[in-house]
Amino acid sequence: MNADAPRPQRDSFIELSARQRVAALLDEGTPRELLDPFERFKSPWLPLQGIVAQADDGVVAAKGLLGGRAAVALAIDGAYQGGSMGEVGGAKIAGALELAARDNRRGVPTAAVLLLETGGVRLQEANLGLAAIAEIHAAIADLRRYQPVVGVIAGPVGCYGGMGIAAGLCSHLIMTREARLGLNGPAVIEQEAGIDEFDAGDKPFIWALTGGAQRCRAGLADSLVADDVAQVRARVLACLAEGVPPRHRSDRHGDFLARLSDMDLAAAFHSPGEAAVLGEKATRPVGVAVPGERAANSRGTAERGKETTNE
Amino acid sequence: MNECELAPMGAAAAGRGLAWLAGLTQDAAPLAGYPASLRVVDAELDGRAARFIAVVPDGANPFPRARHGEVGLAEGWQLARAVHQWVDAHDAAAHKPPIVAIVDVPSQAYGRLEEAWGLHQALAAAVAAYARARLAGHPVIGLIVGNAISGAFLAHGYQANRLIALDDSGVQVHAMGKASAARVTQRSVEQLEALALRIPPMAYDVQSYASLGLLWRSLHVAHPDAPGPQDLATAGAALRDALASIRSDPDRGLAGRLDPAGRPASARVRERLRQLWDEA
Repeated sequence: MNADAPRPQRDSFIELSARQRVAALLDEGTPRELLDPFERFKSPWLPLQGIVAQADDGVVAAKGLLGGRAAVALAIDGAYQGGSMGEVGGAKIAGALELAARDNRRGVPTAAVLLLETGGVRLQEANLGLAAIAEIHAAIADLRRYQPVVGVIAGPVGCYGGMGIAAGLCSHLIMTREARLGLNGPAVIEQEAGIDEFDAGDKPFIWALTGGAQRCRAGLADSLVADDVAQVRARVLACLAEGVPPRHRSDRHGDFLARLSDMDLAAAFHSPGEAAVLGEKATRPVGVAVPGERAANSRGTAERGKETTNE
Repeated sequence: MNECELAPMGAAAAGRGLAWLAGLTQDAAPLAGYPASLRVVDAELDGRAARFIAVVPDGANPFPRARHGEVGLAEGWQLARAVHQWVDAHDAAAHKPPIVAIVDVPSQAYGRLEEAWGLHQALAAAVAAYARARLAGHPVIGLIVGNAISGAFLAHGYQANRLIALDDSGVQVHAMGKASAARVTQRSVEQLEALALRIPPMAYDVQSYASLGLLWRSLHVAHPDAPGPQDLATAGAALRDALASIRSDPDRGLAGRLDPAGRPASARVRERLRQLWDEA
């Protein structure tokens, strides 16, 4: 690519902090942050382990309007403890979604947008993080009966662990090419299953398996957007306008089981990323970037999150 | 290096889910059409029909990463199928029959095939199915007889209205196996164990878990690996009590496990959030 070629002006969404993302998404002038840092709801567990607790526990919750409709935006700060879910941050997300569902039952339609940058459970609060994630799941399942719950995974952290499951529960899921979505993070699979099963240092391999482009092709996410504030917001508004899908992806077990039964296991093990894309033949060895995807350095430095379950 | 580190599992411990499932359902035959790793058994509870579900080890599982009772791709989507089928079958019923998830799951499956095909989505399907059943009024009870770890527990058990666990050293509840948890937090297993002694949510044992207020009841049994008649009677009585408790509770969410004494911060966050929300 010619470095001198004119490029369209873009405002990066990925580069925004969680609080900036919420402000950029909600209609201008409408966001009202709930439990902001001045409320000082911090992790009670991190200081016991010599870790400084952030005053918002890494989650920004704001009520406001989206395209004129009542909505709550919940953003995880991937820069704090790897976006890990602890007791307080988890309770903020679950509690806000529970209130949105309550409002719907009271005749006040309220949708939700989740900005997911998280490796999953914060291991320093292990079982309380896991419990909070189960409550987030329950709240999404409840709320999405009334109004869409839109998930956005922009990057750079991606979305893993129990929050990967939460992404799978969303009514609509938006990703960038830079984002990744999965259950087990690369380092954990390498630890549990060995480097032959999963090389956590092999970035092209990881993106070919779990990147936004692959997830969209495989029907595990709905929209691939560029890293651009206006495009992300436009896509979120379009998802809200679409409303609650007739059948959520997580209720399409029949389709996915049919896909599994069609799976050629031998071919799939050879090239799992390709085989995962319905209707495509497994022809390309694993570890080669999907055409059009940004090629990263093979065997680059593995970024191993220190704090979270899955990344 | 694997889930076996979680408990000194002999053959008996590895088959706990199966043993309790068989005992509580009087050895009723599992439904046909499910993989060997997923046992779906319809049997009586409190004199009426109930569906009992367990994920169990299958050494011949076509997915090699799911041979020790892990919840993998097939298990996740088949769990969803089993639960949706129960809900659909009782769509018009005024009395929604219960579902009992018997939990002994070492972990989710760890593998590249699983990630590529969307294991998170398979687990989301199971979560959504259990949540749908609960919201539709089916009492859902999670009975933890062995390991309840991480994504596997989220997919099978954690959406229950009530959680019951055996009070036994073979029961472990956590977000991750010890070796991986140590590596990810850049600590030694010994350091993790020392921390867990003073930080209850980091511990693996069921007493620490119970102290967080997440369990509705703990059960003392004599033979957790191979339950005898008295053990089964104890569990049966607890299931009936849980059923009555759920039926008398108008809440169909998970509020019942939000114990302000066990999780004060979780309760305080919700209380303050509610105030601010209603002002906003």
